Amino acid sequence: MKELQSYVTAPDGVRLAVFEWGERSAATTVVLVHGYPDTHAVWRPIAEQLAERHHVVAYDVRGAGHSDAPRAVRCYTLATLEADLGAVLRQVSPDRPVHLVGHDWGSIQSWESVTGTALADRIASFTSISGPCLDHVGQWFRSRLRRPNPRALGQLAWQGVHSWYIGYFHLPLLPPLLWRTAMVRAWPALLHAVEGVPHGSGAPTFPTDAVRGLALYRANMIPRLARPRRRPTDIPVQVVLPQKDLYVTPAMAGQAPQPFVGRLWRRPLRAGHWAPLTHETVLAGWIDEFVAHIEGAPAAPDLDRAQVRPDAADRGETAEYAGRLVVVTGAGSGIGRATALAFADAGASVVAADLNPESAARTAQLASLLGAPRTGWYAVDVSDPAAMEEFAKAVRAEHGAPDVVVNNAGIGLGGAFLDTATSDWDAVLGVNLMGVVHGCRLFGAMMKERGQGGHIVNIASAAAYLPSRTLSAYATSKAAVLMLTECLRAELADQGIGVSAVCPGFVNTAIAKATRYVGVSAGEQEQLRGKADRLYRLRNLPPERVADAVLRAVRENRPVVPVAAEARIGRALSRLSPGTLRFVARRDLTPR
Amino acid sequence: MTDGGTSCGSAGKLADDICCADLTQQYVDTMSNKQPAWAPEDLDRFRAVQQLAYRCAEAVAATLEPGVTEKQAAQRMRHWLMENGADDWFHVPFAWFGDRTTFHRFRTPLQFFPTDRRLEEGMPFILDCAPVADGYTADIGYAGSLGGNAVQAQILDDLQEYRALILAEVRERKPLNAIYRSVDALIAKHGYDNRHRVYPGRVLAHQVTRLKVRGPRAIVAGFGVRSLQTLGRELVAERIVGRSPLWADGKSSGHAPTPGLWAVEPHLGLRQVGAKFEELLVVTEDDAYWLDDDLPHVRAWTAKAPAATTPEHPTADRADAVSDAVTEEESAA
Repeated sequence: MKELQSYVTAPDGVRLAVFEWGERSAATTVVLVHGYPDTHAVWRPIAEQLAERHHVVAYDVRGAGHSDAPRAVRCYTLATLEADLGAVLRQVSPDRPVHLVGHDWGSIQSWESVTGTALADRIASFTSISGPCLDHVGQWFRSRLRRPNPRALGQLAWQGVHSWYIGYFHLPLLPPLLWRTAMVRAWPALLHAVEGVPHGSGAPTFPTDAVRGLALYRANMIPRLARPRRRPTDIPVQVVLPQKDLYVTPAMAGQAPQPFVGRLWRRPLRAGHWAPLTHETVLAGWIDEFVAHIEGAPAAPDLDRAQVRPDAADRGETAEYAGRLVVVTGAGSGIGRATALAFADAGASVVAADLNPESAARTAQLASLLGAPRTGWYAVDVSDPAAMEEFAKAVRAEHGAPDVVVNNAGIGLGGAFLDTATSDWDAVLGVNLMGVVHGCRLFGAMMKERGQGGHIVNIASAAAYLPSRTLSAYATSKAAVLMLTECLRAELADQGIGVSAVCPGFVNTAIAKATRYVGVSAGEQEQLRGKADRLYRLRNLPPERVADAVLRAVRENRPVVPVAAEARIGRALSRLSPGTLRFVARRDLTPR
Repeated sequence: MTDGGTSCGSAGKLADDICCADLTQQYVDTMSNKQPAWAPEDLDRFRAVQQLAYRCAEAVAATLEPGVTEKQAAQRMRHWLMENGADDWFHVPFAWFGDRTTFHRFRTPLQFFPTDRRLEEGMPFILDCAPVADGYTADIGYAGSLGGNAVQAQILDDLQEYRALILAEVRERKPLNAIYRSVDALIAKHGYDNRHRVYPGRVLAHQVTRLKVRGPRAIVAGFGVRSLQTLGRELVAERIVGRSPLWADGKSSGHAPTPGLWAVEPHLGLRQVGAKFEELLVVTEDDAYWLDDDLPHVRAWTAKAPAATTPEHPTADRADAVSDAVTEEESAA
């Protein structure tokens, strides 16, 4: 795509190199501001995608690329950088406010204009990637120190660890020396190895940009962080939060602007600091979506979910899954409902699916009471491929692609193998195995296509690795789920999609009373159910324990999570002493 | 349900050996001071104490401000009740704030006691007090929140179904543990968590009676000594006839509802939010009714659906009786 180059002169005489893509006559102008140690080249992949619908502008910040580089540190204060932006805006979009996007230092300096008065009416929206407002950060630090609690202090310490380089950049001689020597080759190699940045995406002016740009830190960090100002803004702001950012923690970048930004969207992204080079399609999509919405289009479902609701302001701290969409099958009772509600409590939007429409609707209702911003419910039979297809389509249309899918729906079947009819097998495998297969297949494809990663949790059972003479069908179905999970985990790892199996022990849910026993009379059936229910009650293991394990599995991307002592001990025995389990398996443990 | 319903259960084997039901009944009569059926005057007195306790909860709830601690709230209830006619305790007043309304991570009974937890805007709270006046005992629970809590409001709304369900099944004279399970089934349908199982003995309810014992009005482990004495006697006496004054889901509750007064306390939770009510249910040989319908939670339900609710039991001049009784209490104090 054609890249037009021109120059703009800043008020202090510094010449800035400006690059443009797409039609100048397009209805909207998007201005991209790069960070350190980059040039406009960091935006090229995104700019080319955006240029199909917008007039796209990027410029080399003073000190970088083809722009002039004054020597004095005082020429790099946020105020002068704001004046640079003003000069660029006057040239590229004299009549209409622009949509501003900043990455790293480009975002930090853009915040200066977004929260200031000089350019406020020239900016229609702002998308901030990995670069917080220094004043907001200063306030955030202060508020945490004023009301310290272990969590807040932990977040401070964690951000402190990630900010080591700021102190290092203030050292004399050493940083420029290293940039000029070892880092010339090491830096691109590091970016490739750690962040997955493709080879050859660096600018030809690289080590010089890095040395000159040190002035950005030296001119601004200490004054802004030591004496943070209160800088509110009415401009709508979309904050992209790369979850694996090595320099800016998502906790800080997500929370710091909250008290000062009236209209805020938070979008977690499974990426590192250089997301513009590694996740260009996702970011281009998000910028486009946001620009379109601010220009008047209705919000796409996942953009709508990402908006921080004013009433959720005080929950910002705890809302670990805010903005995420979670789909749970079998969500009308037991583990499924507890899991859906746990995610809702953690700020997620929840879609509850169950065979029983009333109970699915009830789960959705409770989820919204707990503060889930958008909820939905569907009546669906997971064993019916056509119904699942319909369900997945409906979810995509109404809510977008999910971030987390919990394949939970399952049924119980007990009794001897030789008493188990083919139809029994069809029923158990249909729900317990094929239900999971359909869920993984349909939603996994959606996650892969969207390209933002995600997580699939399959609820297996301790029976997956504990053989029993009376559970052949059920245990087989769950063992298959466990293996499916392991295989899928290997396959989807490259897409950033985690797959976990959760293996609960004897959890007190309705399954005890709904389990069918083959080879017994109707009277005996009821008796067995009653006895099993009594044992489950005595075991007293609430489904909330499993729900907590599901959230942990997603948070830590754990492969297999046994829940409760019997599940953990069983798993250990299955490795250390399978003979013991085989011995136990021969005993008929059905409560009679 | 192996030992359900009859007067001689498995625990009554000793009694069987001694002889027969007559003798046992005599023994029980001397042990227990519970009356086969309470006289209307007695019920009026119970009703008055229950009204007193709920007025206390409402009055103290109205004073709760951000920053107040559980200990302060419990202390306020204590003072209010002592000033307004209570002379002893079944148990000292309790107050739970925030996630403590669901007994989150309660491992020991000591955790029921009020702490320094502070009340914040939007936080749910539960006030639970059990004053005794002239031997008549009340035990009530009052749930609310500071400035509104949507989850708790929903639970409080749904508690109406539990009040109806419990009464209906007691009237059918279902075994108590079966009723407990029906309540659990309703809890599962609603998607809540049964929190009354955290109470000592997992009780959904416990019997209440008139204290007649003499002795000091000391408090041990949060319970009035005289109440503990009475409860101890009840436990023994009821055990002999194969019944329990505690209503749980185990075998010892596998009998039809015992005539007398039961303090019923369904306590539900959803995530970090809990709510309950607690009030006296009158069980007679062949019927049952709530002692009083003029209580805050019932009034709230009635206000929401004026046409749907009708009084469970006709009590003609209750308002007068109550106000008289309260005056009596106050003058007695």
